[in-house]
Amino acid sequence: MVWELTEAHVEALAIGAGILGTGGGGNPYYGKLYVRRLLREGRRVCIVAPEEVPDDALVVSVGGMGAPTIGIERIHRGDEPLAALRALEQYLGRRATHLVPGEIGGANALRPLAVAALAELPVIDGDGMGRAFPELQMDTFAIYGIPATPAALADIEHNLVVFPYLRDALTLERYARAVTVQMGGAAGFAFPAMSGAELRRVVIPYTISLAVQLGEAVLSARREHADPIAAALAVTGGCLLFRGKVIDVERRLAAGFARGTMRLEGLGDDRGSELRIDFQNENLIARRDGQVIAAVPDLICLVDQETAEPVTTEVVRYGLRVAVLGIPAPAMLRTPEALAVVGPAAFGYVDVEYQPLSGIYGGDRLAAERGAATQ
Amino acid sequence: MARLGIDVGGTNTDAVLLDRGEVIAWAKHPTTPDVSSGILAAVRDVLAQAPLAPPEIRAVMLGTTHFTNAVVQRRDLARIAVIRLGLPATASIPPLEDWPDDLRETVAELAVILPGGHQFDGREIAPLDWQALEQLAGELRRRGVGTAAVTAVFSPAVPTHEDAVAEFLTARVPGLRVTRSREIGRIGLLERENAAALNAALVPLAEQTVRAFQQALSELGLEAPLYLSQNDGTLMTAEFAAHYPVLTFASGPTNSMRGAAVLSGLRDAIVLDVGGTTTDGGALVSGFPREASFAVMIGGVRTNFRMPDVVSIGLGGGSLVGPDGSTVGPQSVGYRLSSEALVFGGSTLTASDIAVAAGRARFGDPSRVAHLPPSVVRRALATIDQRLTELVDSLKTTPAAVPVIVVGGGSVLVPDHLEGASEVVRPPHAAVANAIGAAIAQVSGEIDRIVSLEGQTREAALAAACADARRAAVAAGADPASVTIVEIEEIPIAYLPSNAVRVRVKAVGDLRGG
Repeated sequence: MVWELTEAHVEALAIGAGILGTGGGGNPYYGKLYVRRLLREGRRVCIVAPEEVPDDALVVSVGGMGAPTIGIERIHRGDEPLAALRALEQYLGRRATHLVPGEIGGANALRPLAVAALAELPVIDGDGMGRAFPELQMDTFAIYGIPATPAALADIEHNLVVFPYLRDALTLERYARAVTVQMGGAAGFAFPAMSGAELRRVVIPYTISLAVQLGEAVLSARREHADPIAAALAVTGGCLLFRGKVIDVERRLAAGFARGTMRLEGLGDDRGSELRIDFQNENLIARRDGQVIAAVPDLICLVDQETAEPVTTEVVRYGLRVAVLGIPAPAMLRTPEALAVVGPAAFGYVDVEYQPLSGIYGGDRLAAERGAATQ
Repeated sequence: MARLGIDVGGTNTDAVLLDRGEVIAWAKHPTTPDVSSGILAAVRDVLAQAPLAPPEIRAVMLGTTHFTNAVVQRRDLARIAVIRLGLPATASIPPLEDWPDDLRETVAELAVILPGGHQFDGREIAPLDWQALEQLAGELRRRGVGTAAVTAVFSPAVPTHEDAVAEFLTARVPGLRVTRSREIGRIGLLERENAAALNAALVPLAEQTVRAFQQALSELGLEAPLYLSQNDGTLMTAEFAAHYPVLTFASGPTNSMRGAAVLSGLRDAIVLDVGGTTTDGGALVSGFPREASFAVMIGGVRTNFRMPDVVSIGLGGGSLVGPDGSTVGPQSVGYRLSSEALVFGGSTLTASDIAVAAGRARFGDPSRVAHLPPSVVRRALATIDQRLTELVDSLKTTPAAVPVIVVGGGSVLVPDHLEGASEVVRPPHAAVANAIGAAIAQVSGEIDRIVSLEGQTREAALAAACADARRAAVAAGADPASVTIVEIEEIPIAYLPSNAVRVRVKAVGDLRGG
């Protein structure tokens, strides 16, 4: 299945990607404005289902890495990931045939679409996380054995850094972060590269469709004065974990990541209970009155209790009234090899046992509905 | 040491005279289309009541929605040039990209992005392109552009490019007024640029309006300095306001909450401002309104002003009451309350009629609501109380009961006992809380920057930021001895392992000689 991205899709995708960002991932607003402008200028973006990709295709993941706080001030030039892609292609001696988002949650849902519009390449309907994670070894590409390198980074001046070989994604994560600081705190990337056959084995399918449908459901519920939270839950396969008011947020800086804890006091049916959420850019663990009720890699998403507008860990503060959604993680993140990288223990919660939320991740449901066999 | 506070709202212009913090006279008059005659009438009224002569008034503070309304109604706006310094960065989103089409067409004469701006760590992104700036100056002269906004990447931390370009253009384009973005906004380029552009569009109106304010006051023999209130509840001089009118946005709700704090003597409380159509609720924390954390839209434009976190519900004195009393609002007779409500001889059942029938209020003609069935009155009261209780609850930050301060023309709707409230306080002069909030305002200084903790300790970095905020407050007119730091916010920069922290510090002090 191939479909063409419209302005309405972009509008919806930004909302869906914001919710799937689970509190982090950066604001999709800026990428939305850029992609919208490119479409208005007559450029086109086609989205391709994973099963339509030829085995010998060259698929490259592209996007931006760095600090969201930099991104809201030093807005992107826009074509940094394209410069990185060209450098990677030059190193490989082959042109890419398809692009794939690394992370559907947050800003990186939109950036590959802009690169696709500029480079006239199709984008795979899927990604490597199904949500947002703080580090790049946490995607299914790395987890299921796609080599991290060669990899390329580019900055606003198109200064280029190509890593021909690094041992693994965790090593690349460290080198790439260091380079990103020198690049002014944010950079465009192109990595990893993989064949069409490899992509089908490692991608989390249909997540662009999921994010668009999620955004459309929220927008149409708002228009019709229906409940946008119920609409979001129906599309994602999630459940309502809690409704409440933020009564405390504690942040601390740890190795470049905004770690912290927030406490919510229950409202409505949850009155009398307290929810505590630990986060590291993204929300990781939710405890209701001391009991763990959801844990990474399942998605813990804070949204405004009236509008379902996503609330990120950077803006969450005292007094906000929110609904907390629990969305089951994609099946690809629930295998033993994935949990070793993205389970609670990987984030330092050795005493938290991962108890999967019931239900099926929206993207997996779409894949099943479309009869796609995914491994 | 008397102060005159004036609030120019959409409907009424209020004036209040304070002597050593005590209200000694107040007046409420209709706002007039020219603004000045309404101010003259209200001020004449208070001066006539007051036992003091105009020279004893040491400062005049004015809050106004005039400039917000100009943007919302798209009137009296100037044609502007929007200049961004950021290339090669920022090219993906040009200035004014997400503005409503009608506003962009009304104000935008020219929008450009040129090389310049800085990185978060202070390095230059690119040097300024003087040749391009010379061409730009020629273009501005040729098109007769009178007002411009300049925004450089990371100018809140490194202002040099913004300043250099503002000076360069002012010297080469006769009569050009330049708004520098760092004066009005914080980190967040698009939002700060939007605010600067709105400001530039308002500058000619602001110069004219401030002049008219000053003339009106001098006609009354008032020679005291004039200050305007800002969105954070602090003051700026009239001269500064003429250059930065956008800072008056949303000063109304802030003044009303600050006024409520002073009138009640409470520093931590919920404030309900009950009007004709809506009730606005907010929380006072240490005497200041709690701020909203989302981007604020003004006239359809995204900005990053700090606005009070106000929750509005459709319940006010003019709210329509359903025949059986089970619904109250959100529809309202609004300003026609004084002709349409039953107690005023009209034929519409409103929340005010219920308040009179139930004995919560005494105004109009009570005999005109005597026929209402007690069950309808009871049900309507229960509906009103439930909606107010829910509003208070949603604003609270702890489960404990808190004081609730009630102000505004529709305050009679609020019962003396409200669930979740430790007490319901109805301060005297609550009808002019806005003007009082303006009169008691202080002055502030604020900094917002990203600091690296490599090569300096966190304490040293914070101390430097606090010192700069204090200096900014003194520069804005604060008495140095009274300046205190009221807010320090540290936000680690996520995904960047260089130990960079975004620091915001705000210092507030009493007006010198006020």
